[in-house]
Amino acid sequence: MTPAEPPADQQSPTSLIAMRGIVKSFLGNEVLHGVDLEIRAGEVHALVGENGAGKSTMMKILAGVYRPDAGQILLNGVEVDFEHPIAAQKAGVTTVFQEFNLLADRSVAQNVFLGREPVTRGLIDSARMNTDTTALLTELGMNGISAKSRVGSLSVAEQQIVEIVKALSEDARIISMDEPTAALSDVEVGLLYRIVRQLKARGVAVLYVSHRLKEIFDLCDRITVMKDGASVRSFDTPDTTPDELVRTMVGRAFSGYFPTVDPQTELGPVRLQISDAGNSQVNGIDLAVRGGEIVALAGLQGSGRTEIAHGLFGIAPFSRGSVAIDGKAVRIRSPRGAIGSGLALVTEDRKTEGLALRQSVLANCRLVLDAVRPFGSATRTKQIPGLLRSLELSSRGLDQEVRFLSGGNQQKVVLAKWLLTDPKVIILDEPTRGIDVGAKRAVYDAMRELTKRGIAILMISSELPEIIGMADRIVVLHDGELAGELPAGSDEETIMSMATGHVTQQQSGGSR
Amino acid sequence: MSTPVITPDLVAAKPEFGRRLQRFFASGTGIVLALLIIILAIIIISNPSAGAPDTLVNSLHKATPLLLLAIGQYFVIIVGEFDLSVGAIITTQAAIAATLLNKQDEGTYGVIALMLVLGLVVGVVNGAIVALLKVPSFITTLAMMLILIGATNLWTGGGIVKGALSDEFRKFGRPKFGIENVPFLGTISWAVLIFIVIAVLAALLIRSSFGRVLVATGDNTKAAGFAGARVTSVRIIAFMVSAVLATIAGIILAGNTSSTVDLSIGSGLEFEAITAVVLGGVLLGGGKGSLFAAMLGALTLYFIGPLFRELGISPELRPSVQGIILIVAVAYAARSGSLRRRKGPGKTQP
Amino acid sequence: MSGADTFGTKFRLSTTQVVALALVALIIVATILYAARGQNFFSTNNLADLLTRSSLLGFVAIGQTMVILGRSLDLSVGYVVALSSLVAATVMNGLEGRVGLGIAAALAVAAFIGLLNGLIITILRVNPFIATVGMGLILKGFIDITYAAQEGKVPQGFSRGFGYTRIGPLPISTLTMLIIGVIAMVVLTKTRFGAHLFAVGGSDDVARLSGIRTNRTLIWAHVMCSVAAGVAGLLIAARFGLGSAQVYNTGYDLDSVAAVVLGGTLLMGGRGSVGGTVAGVMILAVLESAFNVLDVNPFLKNVIRGAIIIVAVAIYAQRQIDPLSRRSRFTPDGRRRATDFPEAVGALSPGGAK
Repeated sequence: MTPAEPPADQQSPTSLIAMRGIVKSFLGNEVLHGVDLEIRAGEVHALVGENGAGKSTMMKILAGVYRPDAGQILLNGVEVDFEHPIAAQKAGVTTVFQEFNLLADRSVAQNVFLGREPVTRGLIDSARMNTDTTALLTELGMNGISAKSRVGSLSVAEQQIVEIVKALSEDARIISMDEPTAALSDVEVGLLYRIVRQLKARGVAVLYVSHRLKEIFDLCDRITVMKDGASVRSFDTPDTTPDELVRTMVGRAFSGYFPTVDPQTELGPVRLQISDAGNSQVNGIDLAVRGGEIVALAGLQGSGRTEIAHGLFGIAPFSRGSVAIDGKAVRIRSPRGAIGSGLALVTEDRKTEGLALRQSVLANCRLVLDAVRPFGSATRTKQIPGLLRSLELSSRGLDQEVRFLSGGNQQKVVLAKWLLTDPKVIILDEPTRGIDVGAKRAVYDAMRELTKRGIAILMISSELPEIIGMADRIVVLHDGELAGELPAGSDEETIMSMATGHVTQQQSGGSR
Repeated sequence: MSTPVITPDLVAAKPEFGRRLQRFFASGTGIVLALLIIILAIIIISNPSAGAPDTLVNSLHKATPLLLLAIGQYFVIIVGEFDLSVGAIITTQAAIAATLLNKQDEGTYGVIALMLVLGLVVGVVNGAIVALLKVPSFITTLAMMLILIGATNLWTGGGIVKGALSDEFRKFGRPKFGIENVPFLGTISWAVLIFIVIAVLAALLIRSSFGRVLVATGDNTKAAGFAGARVTSVRIIAFMVSAVLATIAGIILAGNTSSTVDLSIGSGLEFEAITAVVLGGVLLGGGKGSLFAAMLGALTLYFIGPLFRELGISPELRPSVQGIILIVAVAYAARSGSLRRRKGPGKTQP
Repeated sequence: MSGADTFGTKFRLSTTQVVALALVALIIVATILYAARGQNFFSTNNLADLLTRSSLLGFVAIGQTMVILGRSLDLSVGYVVALSSLVAATVMNGLEGRVGLGIAAALAVAAFIGLLNGLIITILRVNPFIATVGMGLILKGFIDITYAAQEGKVPQGFSRGFGYTRIGPLPISTLTMLIIGVIAMVVLTKTRFGAHLFAVGGSDDVARLSGIRTNRTLIWAHVMCSVAAGVAGLLIAARFGLGSAQVYNTGYDLDSVAAVVLGGTLLMGGRGSVGGTVAGVMILAVLESAFNVLDVNPFLKNVIRGAIIIVAVAIYAQRQIDPLSRRSRFTPDGRRRATDFPEAVGALSPGGAK
């Protein structure tokens, strides 16, 4: 991609928006301890930090989703209080979240003008809505999207553009974007670059939350680094280097997160073997995991990591290739079949795929047993309290509804549910997403304990430190195919460049 | 109501009695139980003889069809669906019984077996259309209602069915047949015994593995499926339970009514059943609510009739009061539910 | 660079178009059936009969469309129809001079019930099913106590004018229904209220985050739904010459829901159209005509109607599975598909805007 353009001239030393001393707690747990963030007009400002550093919370405070417990927000030097996302939008502060705020059944123009439809003589001026939307799309160089298309028929990238157009039509002065490239392919990332530069040229400030260094150095004028709920430092992009940035982000504490491999853990024979498997989303997947081994699947979001898990687990089964467990070929067509073959899957999205939220801790723990082995699982059920104790679950009781538990405790319930089935292979899809440090630690300990018992683990993660800290081998995916394999301890840069498709190894004709 | 808690050290002690009581009354079971007790108290105060054990058993007898329908509807609602076809099933089954039996005792049990099989078939069809063809259950069972009522009218010519129920058949519905001369209680009818057996079976079923999978499917179908549950079969079975219990309710109701069968016999009962279940605090949309409370809801609904009789209120006003109770009870549950939700996470121990 | 517009969306009919096509096909079939019996489907009498029959359900179904689009439901409409006919007939009491007052009173009562429904559903957060079944029960009790089975008298002028006048084959009542349909269509597609209603039905969260007053929108939808049912009550009064309590047994509540979903509106809200509903109502009416000419047993009609509703909704449900929502990257034999994002390639290719 083209290198960053020099900072625009209209950049003034005064901040468009200044967030000072922001403090925010959840459930008595302080996640932001006085964070400062200043963004100038017409600049692209990166907010970086590891997952859990507090970036998302800062963004949501700026968007008016949360209100800070302490601290102030100044817009053009005037203190503001966004009680509601609408208040933030009216002030020109808009946010493009990862979960889109769009109506799939309505057109692009209807979405762009939702809640602010232009009216002449009492009737909506659809023609104006369509022309205005088309004009904005054209300005962004997006003639390909029609203002009249149904949003549900657009790709993720196109929907993101609709969100940006929506923000622009509201005369946004600042647009924040949460991991905007997470679900985009290379071509689409290029498109987003161009749009961000267009926004900048219009004098819009962009807050760009990302942990992809390349994008940050390509696009952003300034960078603020967050770590453990505090803002560590701000840089002008030309004054820093990727190395320095990573050091600031990561600091020293980080290697201590991960428990070391127990010396008693031995690599056993291959327990999971996938050969040349594929379906409509992934292709040519060859993968082997041995007993006692943790293999990580790395790759950008949308690269096919979760699709491999789903293919393996029979949710969207593989249509090609073969799978063997403990050397025995298996044909898995459903989750039930997968469980019968000795697989377990801790899904990416706990709340929609992992838990029945209105049911008790106990009911969730025994759900798989109830579903698959309705009789004769009494002895296993007796293990539940002990198992939960070893995972350090804190709850009001086994009969507490899991929706009242914190994310970390919910994840422990999901883990317990699968451990009770005595799996041979466990697939962990984003096992520590959205959970606190203590719970992460418990998950990592559990993983080590499982490998000690000879279980094979296939881990999917977006957090590179986690992959580096836990995996024995790292398999990198790019655009639905394997991009290569890396040994334990490979560095983030190598993984990233492979995941973005810039470096390929072995897979000669694999990707374009 | 809750599962026996094995209290490991990581689990905080049970909340104190007062809080639990408070929670109970905020729950559906608490509301409906209080309502039932109040209604019964008013009835008995204004007419002490209504409180006699044998009279109460007789009341229970009359309430059995609604109780059975409520149990069946509970299984469907807990899995997140509706069954609007139960009233039509009752009509159809009663018409079949009257037409096929034509007052002859022999063949009664064959006809009953046939009716149960037909009930199963209707349940399977309802469930399969909902679970496999993804047609909303509201529409599916509404259409099933049209089809059954239409077909029954077509077959019998409408109005009062030609033919009549046999005496043997009617034994299951009439209050005087059953275990006679029980001390204090008088005759315990076959209908009451059937209800007790079914209630116990239903309670066992809902507390079994299947029951937990059923409730979890209603709560989160995707998560249940990912946990290996056969979510399609589970939903079909729920509709089967509902249709079969509607059939049994039809046998009792038709037998108790008269030896002839009027095709209006089942009309509106589907709404009564849903009302009963919802009155018991069971969440429309699935995943939460107790079977016991649904039965209490059915009893409450039944006793509104006697209440009006005792107080000398025009029975025409009954629907209005029923409507108000329904709305107020559900609004109250929605309010207390949201209060708990707002407070809930804050109280979780870190 | 342009032309990508049609990519992927070509040849995909909207559900409303499918319903309209089904209606046309059904009319052709009916015409042939009539002709085979030596009758004319398009005869004035037949059309007038068909249209009058459809207008009653039409009013109710148009109103029902409004609430269903907002992910709500109104099962009290049958009782609103009955009450409105009674209020109109008793207020008019046979006096020509009180026609206006009668109409106003009936519609005001209907609007008030809709307002109550809306408030119970939004403010008290009672499930719409329960709220409106409960309201129906309340109204039933009220009607049974307050009115006789048939009561009041509608003056000749109103009865003839609204109930029996025709312009050619087009009854005034049908014309009114079509006008109300057009108004509803305009309200839904051309006013902010309509856009907001679609948003509330599509996603309450998105609507709220876009600054839409979701409660107010849904309450208005309920008022409109009830008023539409009130108009149906006026037509009943006009045709019968009096107010009728029994019409609440006719099943307008469930029939109207059936007509709405037959017209392709999603029961879960957010997608659908009044045009589809009107077509759905017409389909039911044409079906009825076809049954009549074939001498189908009246009870068999119900069986067939039930089957048609299930089949139709099953077809819509399959269409819901949008082929574009899951774009596949690889063909079944493992070859990579061409990029699914032609506009991006177009935009980035040399010569594209840069």
